Amino acid sequence: MENYLSLFTEYNIPAAFWVNIQLTFWAAIGAMVLGTILAMMRISPVRSFVTFGAGYVNIIRNTPLTIILLFGVLALYNQLGFTLAADFNQNFFNLAVMGLAIYHAAFVCEAIRSGVNTVPVGQAEAARAIGLSFLPAAREVILPQALRGSIVPLGNVLIALIKNSTVAAVSSVAIEASSVMKTMLEFRGDMIIPIFATFAVGFVIIIIPVGLLTTWLSKKLAVAR
Amino acid sequence: MSTESHSNSAKSDLTPIVKLSAVNKHYGPLHVLQNINLEVTKGEVVVVLGPSGSGKSTLCRTINRLETIDTGSIEIDGKVLPEEGKMLANLRADVGMVFQSFNLFAHKSILENVTLGPIKVKGMKKAEADKLALSLLERVGVANQKDKLPAQLSGGQQQRVAIARALAMRPKVMLFDEPTSALDPEMINEVLDTMVGLAKEGMTMIVVTHEMGFARKAADRVIFMADGQIVEEATPQQFFTNPQSARAKDFLGKLITN
Repeated sequence: MENYLSLFTEYNIPAAFWVNIQLTFWAAIGAMVLGTILAMMRISPVRSFVTFGAGYVNIIRNTPLTIILLFGVLALYNQLGFTLAADFNQNFFNLAVMGLAIYHAAFVCEAIRSGVNTVPVGQAEAARAIGLSFLPAAREVILPQALRGSIVPLGNVLIALIKNSTVAAVSSVAIEASSVMKTMLEFRGDMIIPIFATFAVGFVIIIIPVGLLTTWLSKKLAVAR
Repeated sequence: MSTESHSNSAKSDLTPIVKLSAVNKHYGPLHVLQNINLEVTKGEVVVVLGPSGSGKSTLCRTINRLETIDTGSIEIDGKVLPEEGKMLANLRADVGMVFQSFNLFAHKSILENVTLGPIKVKGMKKAEADKLALSLLERVGVANQKDKLPAQLSGGQQQRVAIARALAMRPKVMLFDEPTSALDPEMINEVLDTMVGLAKEGMTMIVVTHEMGFARKAADRVIFMADGQIVEEATPQQFFTNPQSARAKDFLGKLITN
């Protein structure tokens, strides 16, 4: 037991998880904004927007996250000199957030589209009938109901994002959970299974409330019809 | 609603508010609207009757382009319906629509349902829109429900709110697409009474319905449709007492025996 507890004094495990939470937080905001825009493009009456939205989703959703994050570091940063912050570590963090947001936006888009399908077509017709054009109809009538109908699938995307934040290890965010875990495994060969278990349990503890919250919210915010 | 109140029969202004010329529409192989010509003048109440599948709902929905047409033209107050975009939205604002399934915005309160159009389409101030909405809700008898959500109201109340929502845009013409077909029998009259009231005040109305009583009471003209065509056009008096076409006789005969 003492041996196990020494892991926590040697390594700052909560700080490692905190990095993942920060990655998730910023990436979730980015993915939500981008995903909502993509969803609106896909339901818009403008054909080129529909094509772009569908193309984005099909390319990004089907590309491994590791490749997207590596591309950010090796291609954008190393080759092209693209930076998102002057500070060396902050730059890698931001690149990882960008990659995570770009990747998960495709899933957010599809979650919102599934929410749009919960809105009866009569709602859009009524909005058009009072003279609202596409954007105001989407903002005032369709999206508010669609978002409330897509809380559970959006929650699933958030859960995936929390876990996928560990892939940021490949974009040189060296202080996040999976990087710290890798270091610990290297130096504490005596504690391999407890180390794995600690990180697994850590993620479960972070994620269970997300699932509970989304289930509760989806019931509370359900649109009465 | 029109500014001056005049009786049903007064038709001084003969510019058609709605004019359909040679309108055709297909659903795949089905020729659902066949060479439809129709003019509705200001203040006129036109009731469209016909068996289900005759194209009467489709006709109603083409007038604000919820359904597109293949050929022909539709004019609202002298302006041809545009295909898409801002112009179409503006023209739709002049055409009130009441649906069979009410279609109140499910996440907005009754009051917000009515004020959304005036605020977002016409740029009205919220206070002003609230005042307008309250007076309209008062008129259709549901002002006391203004803070509830649509799902908390009865069908009849919801449909009256839908009428108020359409009226809030001060439309030049109101379209009613089977407004009482989804209602429980005891709620039909409250909606019909509201519609009769509108007709009496001189609102131009096109009403697709199965309510013969409303046609008798409020219509200036009855249009009978079957198989995508206008088969007969007459005053309600003529149509119900002396129908000309075999289809209309058959249709009315079935109603009476029921």
